[in-house]
Amino acid sequence: MKAIRNLLDNIKPTFSNGGKLSFLHSAFDAFESFLYVPNTVTRKGVHVRDSIDLKRSMMFVIIALVPTIIFGMWNAGYQHNLSVGGTLDLWGMFWFGFLKVLPLIIVSYVVGLGIEIAAAQIRGHEVNEGFFVSGILIPLIMPVDVPLWILALAVAFAVIVGKEVFGGTGMNIWNPALLARAFVFFAYPSKISGDTVWIAGLTKGEGIIDGFSGATALANAKAGTAIPSFSDMFFGFEPGSVGETSTLAILIGAALLLYTGIASWKIMFSTFAGGFLVALLLNALSPGPDSYMSMPAWNHMVMGGFAFGAVFMATDPVTGSQTERGKWIYGFLIGAMAIIIRVFNPGYPEGMMLSILLLNTFAPLIDHYIVEANIKRRLKRAVNNK
Amino acid sequence: MSNHIRLRRGLNIPLKGNALNQITKTISSDILAVKPADFKSLNPKLLVKEGDAVKAGTPVMADKKNLEIVFCSPTSGIVTQIFRGEKRKLLEIRIQSDNLNEYRHIPTPNFRSASRKELIDTLLTSGLWPTIKQRPYGIIPNPEIEPKAIFISGFDSSPLAPDIDFALKAEYETVQIGIDILNMLTKGGIHLSLHAQNYASSPFHKLEKVINHSFDGPHPAGNVGVQIHNIDPVNKGEVIWTVDLYSVAAIGKLFTKGIYDVRKLIAITGPRVKRPSYVECLPGMCMTDIKEYALIKGETKIEKMPIRYVSGNVLTGDNVGPHGYLGFYHNQVTLLSEGNYHEMFGWIKPLRHNKFSFSRSYFSWLSPNKRYSMDTNLNGGERAFVMTGVYEKVLPMDIYPMHLFKAILAEDIDKMEALGIYEIIEEDVALCEYVCPSKTDIQEIISKGIELMIKEMS
Repeated sequence: MKAIRNLLDNIKPTFSNGGKLSFLHSAFDAFESFLYVPNTVTRKGVHVRDSIDLKRSMMFVIIALVPTIIFGMWNAGYQHNLSVGGTLDLWGMFWFGFLKVLPLIIVSYVVGLGIEIAAAQIRGHEVNEGFFVSGILIPLIMPVDVPLWILALAVAFAVIVGKEVFGGTGMNIWNPALLARAFVFFAYPSKISGDTVWIAGLTKGEGIIDGFSGATALANAKAGTAIPSFSDMFFGFEPGSVGETSTLAILIGAALLLYTGIASWKIMFSTFAGGFLVALLLNALSPGPDSYMSMPAWNHMVMGGFAFGAVFMATDPVTGSQTERGKWIYGFLIGAMAIIIRVFNPGYPEGMMLSILLLNTFAPLIDHYIVEANIKRRLKRAVNNK
Repeated sequence: MSNHIRLRRGLNIPLKGNALNQITKTISSDILAVKPADFKSLNPKLLVKEGDAVKAGTPVMADKKNLEIVFCSPTSGIVTQIFRGEKRKLLEIRIQSDNLNEYRHIPTPNFRSASRKELIDTLLTSGLWPTIKQRPYGIIPNPEIEPKAIFISGFDSSPLAPDIDFALKAEYETVQIGIDILNMLTKGGIHLSLHAQNYASSPFHKLEKVINHSFDGPHPAGNVGVQIHNIDPVNKGEVIWTVDLYSVAAIGKLFTKGIYDVRKLIAITGPRVKRPSYVECLPGMCMTDIKEYALIKGETKIEKMPIRYVSGNVLTGDNVGPHGYLGFYHNQVTLLSEGNYHEMFGWIKPLRHNKFSFSRSYFSWLSPNKRYSMDTNLNGGERAFVMTGVYEKVLPMDIYPMHLFKAILAEDIDKMEALGIYEIIEEDVALCEYVCPSKTDIQEIISKGIELMIKEMS
């Protein structure tokens, strides 16, 4: 342990200002502060600081994502196995999925962190931990068969146009991970929609058993054909983006986020509430049992990316509403809009992504009205006192 | 009858080293100092030169903007050094004490029959005027402006704060006289807030001519700014004065004895103190006078690190160093370890049993009675604002802290005013700074905001 510390202390001058490799200063800092909590002490203001930092907060989000990552890998193998009528066992399925998903994660991190480090170097900042989370979220909301070069482009787009042009972590307007998905969705629609992209190997079509359909529950629901059972959708035995299928795995992560208080329970709760209530309303207004509007509300909660979005995407503190009252409104509208887009929009089977991006856009407006109310209270108090 | 207010938001930082209620030393300092930096936004005019003899209560500097406001030597002796910093900025007026405690006689009117103006003039010439602060901004008030009311916090809730009931046990009568005098300076009355838990046991609940309030809840419930906000908030154009009970006692002594007597009991606290307890001393005392309290070699690795001497508490105090001087408004000294060390993977270790966190990302919430030997490590790196809803949990005010901070950073005066800059000073947001996962210097932001407001409004 001591040896690593000594090594770092020895090579530090090379990377510091004036050193030979000073252009790698930010990269070195990021690496060093990854290994060690820095020895910086408080200079002014408070003399002691809480033991939490941004790195730890972000890391808890990644830990919360572990169940969905593991399940997502297994499910990729399971779905593939189904499609070819194979005989893989549990570990075989996991291994197959692992080899499919791991490259997505690696590409996402290499491209994203590379750009982040370069941007930090240009600005002279420390590397922010924001991409730790975005970098794992992006592969989890992609189809398993997405070409790696498209993924790389999407990540670059999300980090540069979605984040760095606004000033980096903490300044962005839209959730970078969703922006990456939106990029693929609009630039390469055939790679992220349809019935074949959700299962590894299905697009190529080699060895697929006859009549096998890789359509997601959402696509089936839209077409009016049978959807998987509630329990299959809850546990996640269905095609879909890598990390979104198992509501159970997502709820395990949600429990950790809520327990640590890192994600806002207000946003999570109100997103589910908004979606559920709108779905109930649609049920009541439905013209007949064949209409999509009759889809039971609880099915909406476990279908597609609703749960994943509510737990991991809507709760992004940077792009969400920043006032506590605003969080209720923000979450509720995300849930409500997602169901409305799902049911009424003919073009997109999934509404969650667009709904969150839309509310990201409106979050500052929601906050504006909440803060205005506070300002008015203050003014009124002053007038009453006169 | 008191008006009871319960605050839920806030945090008591569980720092080790609370002072026992005993007096272990009476300090007669060799060297003391008067420091202009203790007084916010003061532009000092020096009134003495090196070699001058002074008495306790002799003015040594004045406010350039209002020469009536003077600052006095706490002791009798000789001015040994005018200590200046960069650009000849006046840092300290050092006074060698002769330990005779000679007081300058200050003529005082009979406070029961004196006019408001006479009282104010006496406070100004005595050098006790600076013990009063005004809201907004937390600066020394302009004597021309009559305040809406005067607020006194009867307890200190900050980390390891002295027990005011103990420290001022012997001063009940002078405090009452001080209150009588202050009462004549405002038509709005004196609001005194005590802690709900020891409301009845506090000697001060019997004080007369005050409006009583009791506050319950964690820090910052004892901050006078939080109390004002929850009782009668400062609106635009209004001025409120605040005084602490120590100063009220000093004002009482001034009018009974005609002297500037600011001797007080302060608490020596913190994880690096051998016997946390009280000492009797003067403001401006040198830290070398308490060096025997410092725990040089503690048990743990961290307790062997160098010691930081903080005049005041860990949230708002000043790092003065082992040879620095006690601040004018400070009633406590805190000694803690410098956290100048690297910790491998510290940020992700699930168990760091010597680390406290307000968040639940550690298990410290499972042992609510544990006290921690905290050090000055930043515990992370500085980042942009990311997490939301954290500050609100430790600020029991109807204010949107993040929006106010951003308005200050953008130097948007109208927004700052609308979002409550008049109601807040640095100490009120100190806990926000403590809990901030992005390690932002929030008190500094507020300072900048206040400076900007003073400049714009003058």
